[in-house]
Amino acid sequence: MLKRYLTSREALLFAAIVALCLLIATRFAGFVAPSNLLRVFNDTSPLILLAIGQMIVILTKCIDLSVAANLALSGMCVAMLNLAYPDLPVAVIVMVAIGLGALMGMFNGILVWKLAIPPIVVTLGTLTIYRGFVFLVSDGSWVNSHQMSPAFKAFPRSELLGIPMMSWVALAAIVIFTVVMTRTTLGRAFYAVGGNPHAATYTGLNVGRTQFWAFTISGALAGLTGYLWVSRYAVAYVDIAGGFELDVVAACVIGGISIAGGIGTVGGAVLGALFLGIIKNALPVVDISPFWQMAISGAAIIIAVIVNSRTRRNTGRIILKSAEKPA
Amino acid sequence: MKRRNFTALVAGLGLTASLMGTSAMAQDNMRIALVVKALGIGFFEAAAKGAEEAAAELGNTEIIYTGPTDTTAEGQIEVINSLIAQGVDAIAISANDPDAVAPALERAMQRGITVISWDSGVAESGRQMHLNPSSNELIGNMIIKLAADNLPDGGQVAILSATTTSTNQNIWIEEMQKVMGNYPGIEVVATVYGDDLADKSYREAQGLMQSYPDLDAIIAPTSVGIVAAAQAVADAGKAGEINVTGLGLPSEMAGAIESGASKSFAIWNPIDLGYSAVMIAHALASGEATAEPGAAIPMGRMGDVTLDDTTSGAMADPFIYDSTNIDEFKSIF
Repeated sequence: MLKRYLTSREALLFAAIVALCLLIATRFAGFVAPSNLLRVFNDTSPLILLAIGQMIVILTKCIDLSVAANLALSGMCVAMLNLAYPDLPVAVIVMVAIGLGALMGMFNGILVWKLAIPPIVVTLGTLTIYRGFVFLVSDGSWVNSHQMSPAFKAFPRSELLGIPMMSWVALAAIVIFTVVMTRTTLGRAFYAVGGNPHAATYTGLNVGRTQFWAFTISGALAGLTGYLWVSRYAVAYVDIAGGFELDVVAACVIGGISIAGGIGTVGGAVLGALFLGIIKNALPVVDISPFWQMAISGAAIIIAVIVNSRTRRNTGRIILKSAEKPA
Repeated sequence: MKRRNFTALVAGLGLTASLMGTSAMAQDNMRIALVVKALGIGFFEAAAKGAEEAAAELGNTEIIYTGPTDTTAEGQIEVINSLIAQGVDAIAISANDPDAVAPALERAMQRGITVISWDSGVAESGRQMHLNPSSNELIGNMIIKLAADNLPDGGQVAILSATTTSTNQNIWIEEMQKVMGNYPGIEVVATVYGDDLADKSYREAQGLMQSYPDLDAIIAPTSVGIVAAAQAVADAGKAGEINVTGLGLPSEMAGAIESGASKSFAIWNPIDLGYSAVMIAHALASGEATAEPGAAIPMGRMGDVTLDDTTSGAMADPFIYDSTNIDEFKSIF
């Protein structure tokens, strides 16, 4: 049992993260201070939230490229809502953000489920549509820090037990989705649908509907992240989180989630996100030329994927030994 | 087709009637058209305010503030054609496209109308001169001056730019390096790039604060970067300790000035820009000055503008915004 945990992908990735932190510490000792690690976790929270949603979508053999645009649109909408009704409680704002995000996710899901359009095409389209909507609702103008109500900006920053709320939200999502993925029929259905769609159909699972729910969850998490993002950076504009969907997919790939579907865990997605988050936060302090930074980020992703694919190599089982022998 | 002709005829008649009316009414008024990218934009409304100020100062000058309803070159061409028909004395334009509006403006010049561009330029053939809000040298000097003015005893400053390949920012930083000798004691410890993304800029600003605990100022010559850096400084509880400055818009920076993360920042002043454009247009149209390389054209309270080989000139230093004037400007642009 212990051996199985120690050789799992998650354990390997965790070891890699520790090694990475130690390597960074040789150049900038302050990086591994607990307060700084908490700060890095907090900074990575949006990526963790999105990576969990993306993981579920990828499990079902789909991909959601519209998460960053969904985030931007939800974020802009709640920022403008706050502008119009500054007294609206944050709880309502959060519910609206999640609701809007979920709606956008459902739209993706419906197209994939009912019209059977390939998910990459659907979400490429909705990525542009949602980004365009941000422009439409905002008329291209920004919602600025001084226009947002203090409560709206305070939520992700307020601390509980010394940890900012944004980190608590990420921690809550990790716990909730670990339970959902391992202990509920819906969670197991995601694995079944991605692992073997035909078998899943024969066991009575509706593949399309399961994918629909995966997109809905991903969208809801993107909506929630939209509010957190806008209030944390205290600004909402058309291009927020531009290109962030690629980070999210990268986090999943690093976290050992198989693009072919059916393989992956919440823990893997979280570790993948942390791996990227640590690199993003370390690069500014380790004094590396900005020209090299992108190359280094990319190389880290490829190395992680190579390590992942090598650990998976021997998982195939030969079930007909005799057939292999020459006759 | 018939109907269109009829409409055009009616419109033409109406126009002629109004032309006759105005020319009879205001024989010696100089009429200067301020053509903007689009109506309803705070920046240009402020420029119009400056234009009216100039008109009041000059006397006998009428400002026609106009522009299309959306920022298209086609819309501006229509506006220009109608101004030619009205026979205005001068057109001062901030162009949506440097080349597309040039032929229409050439036609205007052939009719004896003075044409200048301001803010956003027109191809050389389509205007007599162009007024830049500022110049690279002035901006480069201004961004370091903003930091240095608050550091009488010297100190460490870092630059948070846009991307490594952003032409404007790179030129400004280069110009800034040239004048560093004028600011003894100010040391630029790092140049980092936030890629004009709020999250990356925020992270880079956090990195700067960690790497340089004694940092005194962050200079961000980019509007996304300066806002994100100010937020990072405020969140780190270092507002007042680290001054975030550079180039930003008053509406976007009002929160940072309020929190104390930014003491001051700069950007062109649209009021001054509209004022200067009208002053120049008036001087050229009345024959007091000619637009030729090397010429110095008076701009009233803004001093003179000296034209270079492409007959373009820079108005002034970027205008400094701080707690004393931010409330006035934050609703403008």
